[in-house]
Amino acid sequence: MDLSPILSEATVASAGETGSWRNYRPLVSSELCSKCGNCIVYCPEGVIFEGVDSVEIDYRFCKGCGVCREVCGQKAIEMVPE
Amino acid sequence: MILPGNASCQGCPISMAMRCLDVIKNPVLVIPAGCSTVIAGLHPKSAMKAPVVHVPFPSTLAVACGLSEAYKKLGVEANVVAWMGDGAADIGFAGLSASAARRDDVITVVVDNEAYMNTGTQASLSTFWKAKTTTSPAGKTEERRNLSLIMLTHKADYVATASVGYIRDLRKKLRKAGEMAGFRFIHIHAPCPPGWRFPSEKTVEVARKAVMSGAWILWEYDGKLRLSKAGEKYALKENRIPLAEYLKQGRFLHLSERDIREIERKIDEDWEFLLRFS
Amino acid sequence: MRAEGNRNGSGVKRLLTSNEAIAEAVKIAKPDVIAAYPITPQSPIVEKLAEMVESGELDASFVRVESEHSAMAVIHGAATAGARVFTATSSHGLAYMFEMCWWIAGSRLPAVMAVATRSIGAPWNIHGDHTDIMSLRDAGWIIGMAESAQEAFDMTLQAFAVSEVVNIPFAVGIDAFTMSHTAEIVEIRNAKLPERRQAYRILPGMEVAVNAVTMGEARMKARYDLAIDLEKSAEVIERTDGEFGSYGGLVEKYRLEDAEYAVVMAGGWCGDAKDAIDMLRDEGVRIGMLRLRFIRPFPEKAVKELPSEVLVVDRANTGIKGILGMETAACGVEVKNVVAGIGGLDVGIDDFYRLFGKFVDGKLEKVEWLI
Repeated sequence: MDLSPILSEATVASAGETGSWRNYRPLVSSELCSKCGNCIVYCPEGVIFEGVDSVEIDYRFCKGCGVCREVCGQKAIEMVPE
Repeated sequence: MILPGNASCQGCPISMAMRCLDVIKNPVLVIPAGCSTVIAGLHPKSAMKAPVVHVPFPSTLAVACGLSEAYKKLGVEANVVAWMGDGAADIGFAGLSASAARRDDVITVVVDNEAYMNTGTQASLSTFWKAKTTTSPAGKTEERRNLSLIMLTHKADYVATASVGYIRDLRKKLRKAGEMAGFRFIHIHAPCPPGWRFPSEKTVEVARKAVMSGAWILWEYDGKLRLSKAGEKYALKENRIPLAEYLKQGRFLHLSERDIREIERKIDEDWEFLLRFS
Repeated sequence: MRAEGNRNGSGVKRLLTSNEAIAEAVKIAKPDVIAAYPITPQSPIVEKLAEMVESGELDASFVRVESEHSAMAVIHGAATAGARVFTATSSHGLAYMFEMCWWIAGSRLPAVMAVATRSIGAPWNIHGDHTDIMSLRDAGWIIGMAESAQEAFDMTLQAFAVSEVVNIPFAVGIDAFTMSHTAEIVEIRNAKLPERRQAYRILPGMEVAVNAVTMGEARMKARYDLAIDLEKSAEVIERTDGEFGSYGGLVEKYRLEDAEYAVVMAGGWCGDAKDAIDMLRDEGVRIGMLRLRFIRPFPEKAVKELPSEVLVVDRANTGIKGILGMETAACGVEVKNVVAGIGGLDVGIDDFYRLFGKFVDGKLEKVEWLI
């Protein structure tokens, strides 16, 4: 029996490379970043990861909502126009 | 849990909350129609790293109950999570109440964005008094319904309110629910940028202001009602921020001073009413 | 109420209503999860099952739901997890669960439901006709209609066997009261069903979604596949007929061999109609009956083999026409169609005798209501 019409498989980019939706790009200052992890837990997309000096953002999928900047206590994230 | 590149809007509170599901072991998600349906992925793709059973609105809790009963009978370890918006909670209320009354072994999560967002921001039973929606263009005339309090009066095994503005508190509550058995209910306040008309970066700020102004109360019940640490100080009125700060949203721009005072009075009443159960 | 099938004498004989016979069959099928909401005249089925679960005779989870919508939704969920499932309903209950009937069929989940066929209001009426079960025709279910308690028993067991092979839910219809609450001798054949099987099940750890929003041709493909598989289920029904009473598969042919006149009917009232046929036969009229044991898949082949004079007697209508009359005509057969017995209005042997006589005399209009 062909189940393809009713079953779907887990995949990244289910709605495509959503980074293309972005009007503003979050840029992180490694000097200001304290690696507190706020942006990591609040990012709706789950595209911010702990990096070496600060955090890293997967721009392929970051939609540019700006939540990360708002939750950053260090003001280490800046939204710059694409 | 939720994979990047999904269809959620920018600043979506639902996807913020969905990410927290990773604290629950062996989840099986049951999702009725709503924004979550779309976010969880359109065929042939799924955006969730967990099994998802998509279902019609009013069936959500009953399907979850069926899954849970079957897994138990067949010896499968699972945490069945009924994940819905306030729309499904409205239309599926009889099933939700029955499931709570039976103490089904299910975690129910309601991500409450206070209107039917996926169909275009129509008023729900959760919609705030005076809030503008597409079916209450002059502001809603009825009170919002307090769903979590109704669940508390079912003496469910666990009931908690949470907010995407306090994500660590939310994760803690989900983890606790995941480690328990029985009927567990978590009601998450989920401010929606397009629906409430505020910029996408403000989701967390608006959610926090709801708590800080006293408009959304963080509490949990596991046999006993307690205010949650993250928000307990707002029980005292002098610790709250002015309500007008929270109401800076497109849906409330038409409010008069008198309306705001009236909402404030309603909020005081809500606190008093809730604390009678503590 | 006379269809006996092939009693092989191996089972215990008991005096049971069709409701009780169905409960006994379900017990043998050993479902994992049962969910139901009571409604007259179905309630005794699930009351009996609740007793069996309570006494330990049946090791199943019995979920007491708050509505029929939830009853179907619970078994939908349980079947998704891989459980063998059962529910029962009637009339307004079926109407209330209608949405979920589509979902369980569209999800290709095996399930069995008994329907004590009763009129749907308004006005209120608790008595028998076929308006409720006929509303299932478009949803994608196998729909069987038993004529006796014995057949209700056999068909319920066959329902599990067929549903779990073709991945299509199966409804077993019994007429309200005249079957549901009328006791007959039933032979309890202790059939052994194979282990539960199904096309897929959803388990923790899988990274798969079932029934996500489709676009393009997926929905049409799903609908087409279901239509084709529902047609093909006829083969499975015919093939397994011998294991479940040898009734003749999709149809029972009663005195049809040399018949010039054929009556097409379904359900419990066929027994009385057969008596009327016997009376006419005694008078030398070559008349017989094609009893539709199944409404879905529709027995098109058997209908096409009917003699040229065909009367379809319906207990459910759509507009002015009877539903089976329309279905039969849709197979390219010229029919006379009579709608009767709505809301339990009594149609006895004498009524059938007079009706069939009128039919044989060529005095029936194209469509008539027996009122």
